Amino acid sequence: MISIDVKTRLGAFTLDAQIETGADSHTLALYGRSGCGKTSLVNTVAGLLRPDQGRIVIGQDVLLDSQAGIEIPAQKRRIGYVFQEGRLFPHLNVHNNLIYGQRRNGEGPISLSQAVELLDLAPLLARKPYALSGGERQRVAIGRALLANPRLLLMDEPLASLDSHRKGEILPFIARLRDEIGVPILYVSHAMEEIAQFADQVALMEAGRVVAVDTVERLTARLDLHPLTGRYEAGAFLSARITEKNAADGLMRLTLTGGAKLLVPMADRPLGTEMKLRIRARDVSIALQEPRDISILNRLPGTVIDIRPDTDGPMAEVLIDVGVPVWSRITKLSASTLSLSPGKPVWALIKSVAIDRTAPGRPKPD
Amino acid sequence: MLTPFETEALLLSLKVGGIATLGALIPAILISYLLARGRFPLKWLLDGIVHAPLVVPPVVIGYLLLIGLGPRGPIGAPLKDWFGITIAFTWQGAAVAAGIMAFPLMVRAIRLSLEQVDMRLEQAATTLGAGRWDVFFSITLPMIAPGIVVSIILGFARALGEFGATITFVANIPGETRTMPLALYTLAQTPGAEAQAGRLALLSVVVALIALIASEVIARKTRRAIGLHGERAA
Repeated sequence: MISIDVKTRLGAFTLDAQIETGADSHTLALYGRSGCGKTSLVNTVAGLLRPDQGRIVIGQDVLLDSQAGIEIPAQKRRIGYVFQEGRLFPHLNVHNNLIYGQRRNGEGPISLSQAVELLDLAPLLARKPYALSGGERQRVAIGRALLANPRLLLMDEPLASLDSHRKGEILPFIARLRDEIGVPILYVSHAMEEIAQFADQVALMEAGRVVAVDTVERLTARLDLHPLTGRYEAGAFLSARITEKNAADGLMRLTLTGGAKLLVPMADRPLGTEMKLRIRARDVSIALQEPRDISILNRLPGTVIDIRPDTDGPMAEVLIDVGVPVWSRITKLSASTLSLSPGKPVWALIKSVAIDRTAPGRPKPD
Repeated sequence: MLTPFETEALLLSLKVGGIATLGALIPAILISYLLARGRFPLKWLLDGIVHAPLVVPPVVIGYLLLIGLGPRGPIGAPLKDWFGITIAFTWQGAAVAAGIMAFPLMVRAIRLSLEQVDMRLEQAATTLGAGRWDVFFSITLPMIAPGIVVSIILGFARALGEFGATITFVANIPGETRTMPLALYTLAQTPGAEAQAGRLALLSVVVALIALIASEVIARKTRRAIGLHGERAA
């Protein structure tokens, strides 16, 4: 559990953030545009920035309580901070970088050999940081933070400096951290796709304030937050479970949290695997009756929740409840031709479903 | 190859220069750190005092040393009365004069490399559980090692060449304070000793060049050893 309530003035900027996560929330993502105060907030949690007033509690440990006069200095907070640019010590080889925090804080949830195995660092141990690629550097940085016996792993856009290929290389490791090690993670990012892959909860930040804390699915479904969650690239982020596999067709059936079912190409995962999906708004069309002679397999009945026309341009976004909310992006003309309005029954035709394939699914105990 | 006169001057110079540099090193690191990182009142004054030997005529420095550390000076007198230590007119005094003259150069070299240390690395070390001193010894000091090497060589070369403050403070005593520059001065004043003066001048140049080359080689090696890979000269 993470509980943050800090207030601080930084020149003309005011950080005034409150976050309270659920007890079973292990990965909290901090999402917002650049300059919204994400880094200031995590620096405050790490103790690198001193707020004017506030209270920070991780699990049972009070790191800061300005009213009670408690302020644990940064070097005693045991916050495993993975910086955007890695910040490996250039004069130490990978092995000595890895054990830097472990030496000082004692052995934590995993041993050096476990971390080396988890992050695939064995071939790098004797190298100096200058001889590492960007992706390798970030993996070492993650290992170093993880070995420092952290109460919390703080990741400030650890993938921002990497190209998409390298991102794909690192993301599975982060997902494994979440699943295999019990350390809670606070993950800062301005990419919803990254966050959707493993965050239990998302804190949405704007101009130094936390606007909402909720699951990715619910946040992206909220119309009022749409300008912040990103309109054009966004769609719905959904959780689903593999409930049927049909090898003959090469397809498998996924059941969404609301009970709706989708057919998607088979993935190499066992039945019952919980996975994250993304349905882009532009991949969803709307029909008033179920079209029969059409190639689209995924046709879901639902009702219109809300319609939001763009202020400029010919497009509008429609939020449809198919058991879970999904977004559809259609023209204003279509919306009025079909005379869409909230409460109207429609069919959502889903052209494609993006399954998050980089993060391994998390088998959920029943 | 060398005459006894030359050997004596050379060995004395190396001894005086070496002790001066080593003695100045730790204060130089301390002061550089204060100047590069500290924020305190009268910092400009400390900066000025440290750099004074660069701009004030060496004779003046020597004279001030003579007044302060001389047998009847405010520091020299108690030293002599209580501990029986005399600094003026001894080789130790020559080392003090050389050390003070070399000090600002050493501070500048260390401060320059301190200012190039990425403080975000020190922050990272803090989040990994290192306290202030720990960060200094495990991160900052290794990172400025090339700067320290350069500072030692620069300081040593400056100390070897020290003349004005030395001759004023400790005079020109054969075997005690007659370092190479003073020996050269003596020869230059002696009619008919042009050839010997020339040899000594050449010797001084050779020693200085060796120090310079050694500094370059060692600094490069250190940089590579700490993984900076020559991309950041100190």
